Amino acid sequence: MSLKILTEHCSTPGIETLEVYRQKGGYSAVEKALKKMTPDEVVEEVKKSGVRGRGGAGFPMGMKWSFLAKPEGVPRYLVCNADESEPGTFKDHYLMKTIPHLLVEGMIISSYALGANKSFIYVRGELMYVIRILEKAIEEAKAAGFLGKNILGSGYDLELVVQPGGGAYICGEETALLESLEGKRGNPRNKPPFPAVKGLYQSPTVVNNVESIATVSWIVNNGGEAYAAVGVGKSTGTKLISASGHINKPGVYEIELGLSCDEFLNSDEYCGGVRTGHRLKAVVAGGSSVPIVPGTLFLKNANGEDRLMSYESLSDGGFATGTMLGSGGFIVFDETACIVRNTWNFSRFYEHESCGQCSPCREGTGWMQKVLNRIEHGKGSMSDIDLLVDVSKKIEGNTICPLGDAAAWPVASAIRHFRDEFEWHITHPLEATKAGAVYAGAVLV
Amino acid sequence: MEDIKPTMFKVTVDGVEVEVAPGTTIMQAARKIGPEVAPPAMCYYEPLKGSGGKCRACLVKVAAGSAKDPRPMPKLVASCITPVQDGMIVENFTNPQVVEARKGVVEFLLLNHPLDCPVCDQAGECHLQDFAFENGTSTTRYQEERRTFEKEDIGPYVQLHMTRCVLCYRCVYTADQITDGRVHGVMGRGDHAEISTYIGHAIDNDFSGNVIDVCPVGALTDKTYRFKNRVWFSKPVDAHCNCDKCSGNVQLWYRGDEVIRVTARKNEWGEVTAFICNTCRFEKKKTSDWVIEGPTKVNRASVISANKYASNLIKKPDFALKLAESQYKKIDDSRPYVNDMAEIKQSEDYKALQQKNESFFKK
Repeated sequence: MSLKILTEHCSTPGIETLEVYRQKGGYSAVEKALKKMTPDEVVEEVKKSGVRGRGGAGFPMGMKWSFLAKPEGVPRYLVCNADESEPGTFKDHYLMKTIPHLLVEGMIISSYALGANKSFIYVRGELMYVIRILEKAIEEAKAAGFLGKNILGSGYDLELVVQPGGGAYICGEETALLESLEGKRGNPRNKPPFPAVKGLYQSPTVVNNVESIATVSWIVNNGGEAYAAVGVGKSTGTKLISASGHINKPGVYEIELGLSCDEFLNSDEYCGGVRTGHRLKAVVAGGSSVPIVPGTLFLKNANGEDRLMSYESLSDGGFATGTMLGSGGFIVFDETACIVRNTWNFSRFYEHESCGQCSPCREGTGWMQKVLNRIEHGKGSMSDIDLLVDVSKKIEGNTICPLGDAAAWPVASAIRHFRDEFEWHITHPLEATKAGAVYAGAVLV
Repeated sequence: MEDIKPTMFKVTVDGVEVEVAPGTTIMQAARKIGPEVAPPAMCYYEPLKGSGGKCRACLVKVAAGSAKDPRPMPKLVASCITPVQDGMIVENFTNPQVVEARKGVVEFLLLNHPLDCPVCDQAGECHLQDFAFENGTSTTRYQEERRTFEKEDIGPYVQLHMTRCVLCYRCVYTADQITDGRVHGVMGRGDHAEISTYIGHAIDNDFSGNVIDVCPVGALTDKTYRFKNRVWFSKPVDAHCNCDKCSGNVQLWYRGDEVIRVTARKNEWGEVTAFICNTCRFEKKKTSDWVIEGPTKVNRASVISANKYASNLIKKPDFALKLAESQYKKIDDSRPYVNDMAEIKQSEDYKALQQKNESFFKK
C-alpha cells in the first residue's frame, strides 16, 4: 500500500462529521499552526514541501503564496477554486463530499498563513448537495471554535463563505472566477495585473485548487520535508487521479507521483487494466484539455523509456510525443472508441463554454467544431484536416486565458497521432457514418 | 530649483526608437511614433477605461522584454494592454509570426460577419473593413452557415443589428462610463453571445447616441441617417454650438447644402475626442443651429476623401521588413548545437549571414 495523504480516512463511516474527523486526528494542524507557528513559518513549510498546484497548471503553491502583495490597510483574500469542470476530472467533488473537514481545515491554515480574514470556496452550482455538506461542516467547525472570532484564543479571525457558481467552465479560470465571485459576468481578466496584486475586489488574492489546499494540514502536521520526500524530482507528494473510460475499475485514486504509468493502468490496486477483452488505443492523461496520446506513447516515451505518473515524465517529448498530468482527469479509450467522434465531442464542449470575449477563441472554437462535425458525418474533405491544424495554431497562445489553448490542443494532438483515422473518415464516408463503425487500422497495445 | 523629470523609458518598435513615460502601453508608444508602426485596434479605445485586450488584432512580438532582462516574451502579447519596460524591443509589421497571427484574427472576425459591405451603412468608415484590407486575405476558408440575428429595436435613435457585431465591448464601456445607468450588455457566451438590452428595454439616455460613434462596425447605426447616404458622398465640417449638456464640438456631414448627419469629432485613430449629447446629434440638423469652424482635415488617402482604398494606403517600414525577411530562417532542430563562438565564426551559416548583412547595408 502506498502512502495516502488525502484519502486515508475516506472510507471511515461518519468522517463527514466533526466528531469522527477529530477522532482521526483532524484539526490538530489548526491547533499546531495557530498556537505554535507564525504565518511566515507556515508559508515556509509549504514552500519546502514543493507541492504544486493541483488544478492543472502545476505551479508551485509556496511560490504562489510568496508572490502575494502585502500592502498596508488592504484586505487579502484566499479563494478556493472548487469549480472543477474539466471533463474527465471529478477528484475535488469526491474529496469535498466525503471528507469536507479536510478542506475546511486546509482553508483555515492557508488563510492564517496568508493573513486573510475572509475566505471563499467557489463551488460549481450543479453540486448543490456538496455545497450543503460544506456549509454543514463550516457550521460544525464554527461551533467548535475553529472559525469565527479569535480562533483558539490566538487573536486570529476568519470567516469562511461557500459561494455557488453558475456552472460555467470558464469560471474555473482564476480571474473569471474572481469576476463571477464579485457578481459580474464571468469573463477572464487581462493579465497583468495578476490576482496576487489585484484580485478579488481589487485586493491581493490567492486562488488555489481544493486538492492543493487539502494537502496543507498534512504538511503542517508532518513538515514540508516529509512531504517533499514523497514523489519523484519536482513532482512531490501524492495526487488524486480521476480514472474513467474503458477500464475495469473507474474511480478516484490517490497515487504517489512517480508511479509507473503501466502499474497505474494495469495493477489491481488502481485501474485494473483496460476492460477485459479489449485493447488500449489512446489515453487522455490529465483532463480533456491536454493532448491525447496513443497507448504506446502513454506507456513509453519516444526514447522507449517507461513513463511515470509525474508532471515531468508525462510532458516528456513536448507536444510532439508527450502529454500533461494536468488536473489528473485520466480517460482511457479502447479500440471501440472513435477518435474523430471523441475530438468532435471535446470541441463541442469548448465551443459551448468559450466566454466569447476574445475573437480567436470565440470564432475559432466554433469553426473547429463545425469542421469536425462535417468530417464525423462523412462530409469532410482532405483539406479540412490541414485547415483544422492551421486554425488550432492560430488560436493557441493568442487568447486572453488558457481556454483557447485547451480547445486547440486536443484537436491538434488527435490529428498528429491519428491522422490516418481522420483520412479514413473522409475517404470512406459510408462506412464511417454507420453506427458503431471504428477505423480498423489503429495501433493498439 | 531644479525640475524633477520623471525617468523616461526607451522603447523600440519595428526598429524605430521612442521615449515614453513609464506605464505607457506598447500601443501608445507605437502611436507616438506614427501610423506606420501603430498596431491595428478593433476593441481598444483610449477614452474608455478598461477597454482592450479582446480582439487580439494588436498582437505584437516582444523580442526583448527590457534592458535588464532581454529575454523575449514566449507568446505574442496584446499591445494595447501590455505596459512598456525600459529597453523593450517590439516587432510589429516586421515579424512574420505577428503578420500570420493577425491574418488569423481577420479571418476569425470575418467568420460570422456578413461580407456585404456594399449594402452596409458603415462602409467607408468601418474599422473592420480597414483592418481586413490591410492585414487579411481576399478569400475565406469558411464553408459553414454564418451566425445571424434578427434586428432588434432598442430605442428611437439607435439601430442594433447584431449580425455585424464583433463583440468589442466598446458600447458597453461607453454606456458604463458616459451615461448614467447602462441597460444593455452582452448576453450568452461563445459565438452565440450577443449585445442586447435586458428583456427588450429601450435605451433612453441623453448620451446614448455615442455608442454609434464608438462602434467599429455597422452593428449600431444612426436611425436618422441610415441608408440615406454613402459616407464618401458627404463632406465633414467642424462646427460648434452652445450646448448645456455637452461641449458642443461636433462634425457636420454635408451633402450639398444639407446637414445629413452630426457626429462627435474623432482623432486620427478614429477615437472620439469629446462625447456629444443626443440633442446635438439627432435634433440640430440645420446649418443655422451651428457655428461653422471650417472643413475637417481628412486623410487624403482615406476612403472618405479618395472614394476608394489606395493600395499604398499605409506605407509599411519596408527597410525593417526586408531586413527581417533576409534574416528570418526556420530553426533546423537536427543541427548540432554549438555555443563556442570561435567555432560558430568558422561555420558556413555564419559567413553567409555576414555576407548577406554586408551586401544589404551597402545597398
